[in-house]
Amino acid sequence: MSLSIGDVYKIARLARLGMTEQEAEEAHTQLLSIFSLIAEMQAVDTTGILPMSHAQDLTQRLREDVVTEKDQRELFQSTTSHIKNGLYLVPQVIE
Amino acid sequence: MKWEIVIGLEVHAQLSTSSKIFSGASTAFGAEANTQACAVDLALPGVLPVLNRGAVERAIKFGLAVGAHIAPRSVFSRKNYFYPDLPKGYQISQFDLPIIGQGALTICVPETTTEKAYEKLVRLTRAHLEEDAGKSLHEDFRGMTGIDLNRAGTPLLEIVSEPDMRSATEAVIYAKMLHTLVRWIGICDGNMQEGSLRFDANVSVRRPGAELGARREIKNLNSFRFLQQAIEYEAQWQIDTLEAGGKVQQATVLFDSDKCETRAMRSKEDAHDYRYFPDPDLLPVAIDADWIERVRKTLPELPLAKRARYVADLDLSAYDADTLTSSREMADLFEATLSEVPGEAKLCANWLMGDVSASLNREDRDVAHCPISPQQLGGVLKRIVDGTISNFAAKEVFKTLWSEGGDPDVIIEEKGLKQISDVGTLEAMIDKIIADNAAQVAEYRSGKEKVFGFFVGLAMKASKGSANPAQMQEILKRKLSNQK
Repeated sequence: MSLSIGDVYKIARLARLGMTEQEAEEAHTQLLSIFSLIAEMQAVDTTGILPMSHAQDLTQRLREDVVTEKDQRELFQSTTSHIKNGLYLVPQVIE
Repeated sequence: MKWEIVIGLEVHAQLSTSSKIFSGASTAFGAEANTQACAVDLALPGVLPVLNRGAVERAIKFGLAVGAHIAPRSVFSRKNYFYPDLPKGYQISQFDLPIIGQGALTICVPETTTEKAYEKLVRLTRAHLEEDAGKSLHEDFRGMTGIDLNRAGTPLLEIVSEPDMRSATEAVIYAKMLHTLVRWIGICDGNMQEGSLRFDANVSVRRPGAELGARREIKNLNSFRFLQQAIEYEAQWQIDTLEAGGKVQQATVLFDSDKCETRAMRSKEDAHDYRYFPDPDLLPVAIDADWIERVRKTLPELPLAKRARYVADLDLSAYDADTLTSSREMADLFEATLSEVPGEAKLCANWLMGDVSASLNREDRDVAHCPISPQQLGGVLKRIVDGTISNFAAKEVFKTLWSEGGDPDVIIEEKGLKQISDVGTLEAMIDKIIADNAAQVAEYRSGKEKVFGFFVGLAMKASKGSANPAQMQEILKRKLSNQK
């Protein structure tokens, strides 16, 4: 699988990463070597093997549906001055 | 040439758990901003999600109710999403291995002036668990947006249908059936004002028989009315565009309820590139057959089965059966009342859909808060059935029960509402009415039969509604037509 420099910029944009030309070139080279490893793995015949979705062969433990958290707003909001009426203030989001 | 409208719906149901899907924070609605947003919901460093059993159980319940496959193993994935209403930078959702697979829901489309009533099967593609986002408030912050993360992490079940609906009406009926169903099985409170149920509609148009056209997705509709209006507007817009020689491009649109129109929202071509991948913080969820069976035992009789039984066994009309199964509370009230007066299904239905519903509407109450118990209502109906009181007097008893409560038999006794079936008493009363109203008697006898209603009114009034109506009319007619 080949990856163009354009793909690198697209992935960066989707991940909200700003990249200089040099950084993009470096990432391109690194990603290409990762992709060649992936290509090698994809050549293995995996017919009939269940895809792995987690590195550990365990299943999820569940929590009982009980409220265990107390209100700690004051503590959490002490880390920022960008608050008003209990809300966190962020640069305007307009869709 | 005609156009065919093709609609698929994605319905987001907030699950009625006490705590969030991956944290122990409360999901109660209406709390002060960010007082129910804990470290996990805020995505502080080092926190880990732990899945809520109650959310999984509700999903299983839904799957069983729509006859769907319940995945013995399902996986949570990260959906990359860069908005401050989910501070992690992704939403935990499910992608290629959802908890609920294919199912189906039968919708009943009622008769209209142009079309007969019909039933239709809407196929469900899947339903998956995910977390809700917080709320963004844009008012009053001078170029800033205020973020409330109380809702972030509330469990959602996203229910995805196949594009099986062919009109806004069908889509609304399907949405209403889901609304009834999720409340019926107790997995969602269905409170539309609080956003407990929200719809995304995928709409496209095509010539009948042609391939599917390009679809536009209308996001975040929070009422049945908006769902109907948005689909109607969008379909007409697509038809107009195509007929004018234009093309419809796949897009996400928002419905502006003030202007009653849809308009494109995300124009970037890569907006749908969410780069899902399995969430390494969560292991696959295993659901064994035992758990599914235990949940199955808690399922009540479902609305469609109940509706069919009311028609087949109780001889009720489809309309009555529909209304009585519109909510579980209504159906429960009906069945409890019927058990007081067995065999009188139609009478119970009439009273519930008539006086009871009217009184509830008048006071803006829902069935769950009906002030009259099924025993009290049944007690009134019993007395109609055994002839103790007339329908007219029963309404009087009902009014008293509604406002003051009490025992129907005591009220009948105290108000003297027992039906007078004694011929002598009725005759004496009617003789007096005839004697007091000579002018009207003359009119009647000269052929003005309309005056009869006047006498019936007087007789009912004189008997305080307790005259047996059939008997009273018979005596009135006989006496009036008798020449002296």
